[in-house]
Amino acid sequence: MPVTVINEGESVTALLKGDLDHHSVMQIRREIDSALSIAMPQVVFLDFSEVGFMDSSGIGLILGRMKAAEGFGGRVVIKNTNPYTAKMIRLGGLGSLILEGGKKKERRS
Amino acid sequence: MEVLNEMKLSFPSRSQNEAFARSAVSAFIAPLDPTVEQLNDVKAAVSEAVTNCIVHAYPDEIGAIELYARITAGRTLYIRIKDKGCGIADIKQAMTPLYTSCAEGERAGLGFAVMECFTDKLTVRSTPEKGTSVAMTKCLVTKDEQF
Repeated sequence: MPVTVINEGESVTALLKGDLDHHSVMQIRREIDSALSIAMPQVVFLDFSEVGFMDSSGIGLILGRMKAAEGFGGRVVIKNTNPYTAKMIRLGGLGSLILEGGKKKERRS
Repeated sequence: MEVLNEMKLSFPSRSQNEAFARSAVSAFIAPLDPTVEQLNDVKAAVSEAVTNCIVHAYPDEIGAIELYARITAGRTLYIRIKDKGCGIADIKQAMTPLYTSCAEGERAGLGFAVMECFTDKLTVRSTPEKGTSVAMTKCLVTKDEQF
């Protein structure tokens, strides 16, 4: 499974895995959206710690989840990017969503 | 122009071949020992071009995608990705960042912007109903070798 979705009540964390491309995001999108429609969290964390590669399909994935979160008054926060995934996210104009100072990791149960 | 190595691949426009095309080009340039950033840039550019063929060139059918790559002296990589799909009527519009003809599917409209940004030169040729050819050149010279 290219994503593990963890529902923590006020927030939902999607731990993305592997390569994010047009092929893989189709399944990832379904998994995240089904969790969001139930939880409607205030914060949607997209965790990139296990993403090795992404192309602009990953930008589409983020934009789509932002739109979904806006629908219930939530927001998207991106964390644990590497220099290459961060480069792509910045190119897509979404650099401001990246949580800086990754030392303060969010607690995951 | 001395050709040091070259290769040609043909594969159907199935989305699992996005990863295949990236991996094939990565393996092809591995002997040049590119930096991780260069490798990621090339993979991203190839991924975008192949995805365009799958999503836009052949929207309702599976068609052939041809990938040609060549390494010439001076660590220059040339990649050409061709399809025989529907073609692009307005290339300038298609290359505008954030423009997408795809209403559904959450396309960011950044495919050509990524190719342009992550390579040194991008040339797009297209004829409606005949197909599209995307050519990219990237010099894989490392910082130490520039002087």
